[in-house]
Amino acid sequence: MGPIGIGWIGEGALESSLIGHVVKHVSRAFSAEVREVKAPGTPRHAFDPRRKQHASGEILRWLLPLAPEGGKVLGVTDRDLFIPILTYVFGEAQLGGAAAVVSTARLLDELEPAPPRVLRERLAKEAVHELGHCFGLRHCPTPGCVMGRSSNVRDVDAKGPGLCPDCRARLYGR
Amino acid sequence: MSNERTRILVVDDEEIVRESLGGWLEKDGYFVATSPDGKAALERLEAEPWSILIVDLKMPGIDGMQVLEQAKKRTPDLAVVMMTAYATVDTAVSAMKLGAYDYLVKPFDPEELSIMMQKIVAQQALLRENAVLRQALKQEYRFRDLVSKSPAMQAIFELARTAARSNSTILILGESGSGKEVLARAVHQESPRAQGPFVAVSCAALTESLLESELFGHEKGAFTGAFARRKGKFESADGGTLFLDEVGDVGPKLQLDLLRVLEERRFHRLGGNTPVEVDVRIVAATNRDLHRAVQEGRFREDLFYRLNVIPIAIPPLRQRREDIPLLVDSILERLSAEMKKPLEGVSTEAMNALLGHEWPGNVRELRNVLERGAVVCTGTILQLVDLGLPVRADAAPRAGPLGSLEEVERRHVAAVLSHTGGNVSQSARILGIDRVTLYNKMKKWGLRRDGEEILGKTEE
Repeated sequence: MGPIGIGWIGEGALESSLIGHVVKHVSRAFSAEVREVKAPGTPRHAFDPRRKQHASGEILRWLLPLAPEGGKVLGVTDRDLFIPILTYVFGEAQLGGAAAVVSTARLLDELEPAPPRVLRERLAKEAVHELGHCFGLRHCPTPGCVMGRSSNVRDVDAKGPGLCPDCRARLYGR
Repeated sequence: MSNERTRILVVDDEEIVRESLGGWLEKDGYFVATSPDGKAALERLEAEPWSILIVDLKMPGIDGMQVLEQAKKRTPDLAVVMMTAYATVDTAVSAMKLGAYDYLVKPFDPEELSIMMQKIVAQQALLRENAVLRQALKQEYRFRDLVSKSPAMQAIFELARTAARSNSTILILGESGSGKEVLARAVHQESPRAQGPFVAVSCAALTESLLESELFGHEKGAFTGAFARRKGKFESADGGTLFLDEVGDVGPKLQLDLLRVLEERRFHRLGGNTPVEVDVRIVAATNRDLHRAVQEGRFREDLFYRLNVIPIAIPPLRQRREDIPLLVDSILERLSAEMKKPLEGVSTEAMNALLGHEWPGNVRELRNVLERGAVVCTGTILQLVDLGLPVRADAAPRAGPLGSLEEVERRHVAAVLSHTGGNVSQSARILGIDRVTLYNKMKKWGLRRDGEEILGKTEE
């Protein structure tokens, strides 16, 4: 399995332990070499003034050159993401491709703001989830599997941080 | 629930929509394809099977509404979801009237899309399961071309299935139109002889000498007009099944000939000296009371026992009315295919009339009534007026051809025995006679205690 690069591409101040926590979880889930990458600025061009959100597809294209040789790249942002047909997404990834992005914006949950510990857990799960798509994994119906579909934070909280045996088999069977 | 079987076609003229929606659904495990316009979509819908169509309302050329109309015409089970902008919600509502499953306003909430897709998948799985169960139920009620859920007929199917595997002679008893030949064919098809011929002869339709030649064939010059050797039905049925319909009508000379064939499995052609050996399984049928014919000396007792190895009595339709809806379904399905006309069923009023009719002509009469109805009906549902059934007032019970007082009495006693399921005491009470008198009558007419021999057990 090739190396995975993870970098902060958000606009706000980065909470110090956040990226480290994500790195730890991702390396545990994929048994891969995971390193932090320094992004050259932020993908401001992906901002859509009409929707006041960032287009995740644009960000993926911007991230691609940052991927380590033969590996994957994950961008972590605090900006709200969308794909044209949906009102928002927690993150997006190229299915079987090299780039993924995940956002803290919707994971904070405006109605019940999450304490930093909960946000870290949610972010780690969604990071593993989006990178799972990069490794060709689709949504998984096994309860608790991190590849389970999550449309809201309750779904994210309900699932575990790791891949189920079926997804692991699919991952290493490739 | 696995989404792999669900095939979704996304139709939108905007590439970005096709790409983002297609990608999102793919991650959910669906098989997804996209089409950029209505024309391409209709082509793909025609060429491959799809479970869900997600189509944009506003497209240049063939728009979403037209795609919806065409798609529902071709595949009524297809779930069609319309995508629309705020401005066209009214149109989306009209789309639902045209059979769309639902609509989504762009951009849509990921949770809304997820739930909608899951609901459609679950609903389609239920429909599939329902269809499989209905088919299984149909199979359970079916023995080849015969359908019935009445316990008496189910027992007959079981007996016929078992008997089919043997080589024993079967005697099918039942009123005319009750399906004796259909049962005989079913037995043949279920038997190890299924690959061999099934030859049917109606013994009542020919004079004795013609029937003799028909059954055994003749040599050249056997009689005036016998210009060449001709094979008989026994020879034609070699390796298969010979169905002797209305065997009770066979005359005395031929009864003896038949007895010999049944005993020796060989015979002579008319005018021939060389015996012909055949491997034929006999299924005979009659609507006559052979017991009585034997007692009255009109039918050879030894032939009767040769034929009556496995007797199967088909109950008349009026004794298994619960089968009428099932038979109506099955007959209409067949008529619909034969006439290339969509027929979905009969109206409640028509069904009530069918259930109330006495059916002296049994299933054959029911088929004729439905065929008439199918010809004259203007919609897909047959109405009472289409059936041409006699109105209730003159639908007094008809008990077949007019018979002697004794015949009517015999039939009535048999019907009562059948109705009580063979309870002699109860039957005697209904008939207003004592049990000894009833036993005497049963003995005299060869009626079994449970009526099975003559009428078959009733399931009522």
